[in-house]
Amino acid sequence: MDLSLSEEYQALQAEIRGFIATHGHRSPKVGGGRKRPDRKTLDWQKILLEHGYVGRTIPVEYGGAGKPPDVMEAAVIAAEFARANIYAGLTNQGVSMLVPTLLEVGTEDQKRAYVGPTIRGDIIWCQGYSEPGNGSDLANAQTKAELKDGFWVVNGQKIWTSSAHYADMMFLLCRTEPNAPKHEGLSYLLLSMDSPGIDRRPLKTMTGRSEFNEVFFTDVKVPEQQIVVGRGKGWYVANVTLKHERSMIGNADKVTSRLEQLVRMLSTTEVDGVPLIRQAEFRDRLLRLQGEVIAWKAHNLRLLTEAAQGVDSGVKRMIVKYGGTMLGFRLSSLAVDALGAAGLPFESAGEDAEDDDATTWNIDYMYDVGLMIGGGSNNIQKNIIGERGLDLPREPKVQTATVVGRG
Amino acid sequence: MEFGLSLEQRQFDDSLRSFLRDRLPMEQLRALAEPGGGFDEGLWGGLSELGLHGLIVPERFGGAGLGVLDAAVAAEALGYAAAPVPFTGTTVMAPLAFINSATEAQQDEYLPAIAAGEARVAVGFAGLAGQTGTASVTLDGARLTGTVSGVMDAGAATHFLIYLRDGTAALVEASAVTTVSHRSLDRTRPLVDVTFNATAAELLVAANDKLASARRVLDSGRVVLAADTVGAAQTMLDRAVAFAKERVQFGRVIGSFQGVKYVLADCVTMLEPCRGMVWYAAHAQDAMPDEAGLTACHAKAHVADVAREVARMTTETHGGMGFTDLLGLHYWFKRVGFNRQVLGGPERCREEAAALQGWTLHD
Repeated sequence: MDLSLSEEYQALQAEIRGFIATHGHRSPKVGGGRKRPDRKTLDWQKILLEHGYVGRTIPVEYGGAGKPPDVMEAAVIAAEFARANIYAGLTNQGVSMLVPTLLEVGTEDQKRAYVGPTIRGDIIWCQGYSEPGNGSDLANAQTKAELKDGFWVVNGQKIWTSSAHYADMMFLLCRTEPNAPKHEGLSYLLLSMDSPGIDRRPLKTMTGRSEFNEVFFTDVKVPEQQIVVGRGKGWYVANVTLKHERSMIGNADKVTSRLEQLVRMLSTTEVDGVPLIRQAEFRDRLLRLQGEVIAWKAHNLRLLTEAAQGVDSGVKRMIVKYGGTMLGFRLSSLAVDALGAAGLPFESAGEDAEDDDATTWNIDYMYDVGLMIGGGSNNIQKNIIGERGLDLPREPKVQTATVVGRG
Repeated sequence: MEFGLSLEQRQFDDSLRSFLRDRLPMEQLRALAEPGGGFDEGLWGGLSELGLHGLIVPERFGGAGLGVLDAAVAAEALGYAAAPVPFTGTTVMAPLAFINSATEAQQDEYLPAIAAGEARVAVGFAGLAGQTGTASVTLDGARLTGTVSGVMDAGAATHFLIYLRDGTAALVEASAVTTVSHRSLDRTRPLVDVTFNATAAELLVAANDKLASARRVLDSGRVVLAADTVGAAQTMLDRAVAFAKERVQFGRVIGSFQGVKYVLADCVTMLEPCRGMVWYAAHAQDAMPDEAGLTACHAKAHVADVAREVARMTTETHGGMGFTDLLGLHYWFKRVGFNRQVLGGPERCREEAAALQGWTLHD
């Protein structure tokens, strides 16, 4: 057990602190961010890229800093930005999911075309996975693509497509091999959201905003080479992507900074002239959450160490998405309760909505429920934890009413 | 940075677990536990060979000179086996008290005997830990008078180390006091009431700040109990998972039902982070004094709350059999309950965590 930072990491820490002292005032506000990055955010992203605080391990030829992967460096950087409450760079689906996927399994052309613009924030991606009939059962995707004259011709519908209303590109899971078994009939395509035949219909969510969309495809043509890995390999690629999404949803810096915000909020919010932190019921909830956050941080340190050692963390990793989203919700729940009635004025539409703390907390509080559902719902996570983590038997397959034999 | 157990710690853990597995099959555990004394000469002697008694006694006094993290590793293994062994008080808190608060002469006299397993010192924290019960002792010169109830690890104690509210630690020989032993809810560990009547005591008052020194001993004890709780809860979870893979109802093993599977997934999601939390808190006792108090309070409280849920849900998973005496699952259920209440329950520990941060309700 050694929690001290070696000299090398202490130097990095000092470097970042210096950077934040010099440039920190140019950072956009932390939190929110469920909209297309504005000029300020893009400029900040550029500064972060230049200093290697984002895209750090991405090779130089694709627009990154080309440093060797080092989970500890990544943790030091994340911790310093969180500590200073400074925006740590874009964490959208393109940056966090597509880029690592392409770097892992993409072609040279795909990496050159998409990695740089995506990490700069010039290309915004959306994820074409869920369908009206196939949410949790992702491998059952029915949106189809047929290869004709050098183009994939896509027909079908996707739903819950976050950010599709302002995205430039989509990574799409679709069925190209209708006669193959379910998991082997899928392919993973990259397509422009400006392609003729795409109809995006924003789906207003419970937050009052359109964070999601329905996307309809009618004879949408996608050049043949826009496939990742190959025909029938979509399920494999999708799992590479999902692995990155789930780790994105469960990180400990978020719950740590939320806890710090809560301490400040409960210390400064008064009812009957007494700060909430001096009121037994509120204080007890805060203390219970502080205990949970300490446990969660320690668990993440354990995962971080195992990742650095190349150890497969097994069930310890599988619990991260489920446990992290639930803890996030308990934290935002205390925040909206501390805001109380004074936090109820709520106008969530419009670009300025997230300038209001109370509105942002209430959006976060509801959005946390969305996070429990998205990225493999928490019930699906519990199946994974039970079946892959604890080796419990799978649910028996239901017999479907198909005619067999007698061909 | 490396957050995890070293190779040596993992090897020690393996050998301890393997020893306990061999020595404490269910029928043997039952036989040792039911008298309620919390001590077995043979088991104690066997653990001596593994170097358990001198785990944190400095090497110059014949011990291994290890830290609270090593003790937490051992405690988790002991909790996993529900071993009737005096550990938290005798093997961790008492030697720490001598290391922190005794003179060189006192250390010379007692630490080698502790390391050899010959001196078994039970620790009573009186009012300091916020444990319910009687804690009315007074010190007149070097004579102790009064009663302390609920002293841990006192089943075969040779000495009692009693902490007073000001942090003074008073050591008395077991033969010089009147004791009343109670079989506790957790039959693997007794609780003893000790009465002093102007009993001659040896005082451990060499620390610069005796109250702070006492708190360090208490913090370490709480972390070690939390580790024991993680082990006990893990046994219950492992047994519930094994049961769910075997028990057939409606023509299926019950572990294939989501109603059962999700409960077990919840258990592992809550319990696994507790292990990291205990390691972190234990490491804080060894190397991060600024965080020692806060993490000890939170580990004791949070792990107790998680383990209560795990104990309930895993018992439920066993159906009617879980409620019977036959499976013996209740030994771990009760161990979790015992650990929760001694040295201050979750409410007390969170209260202390609040005070440490200045979040007091009244000025």
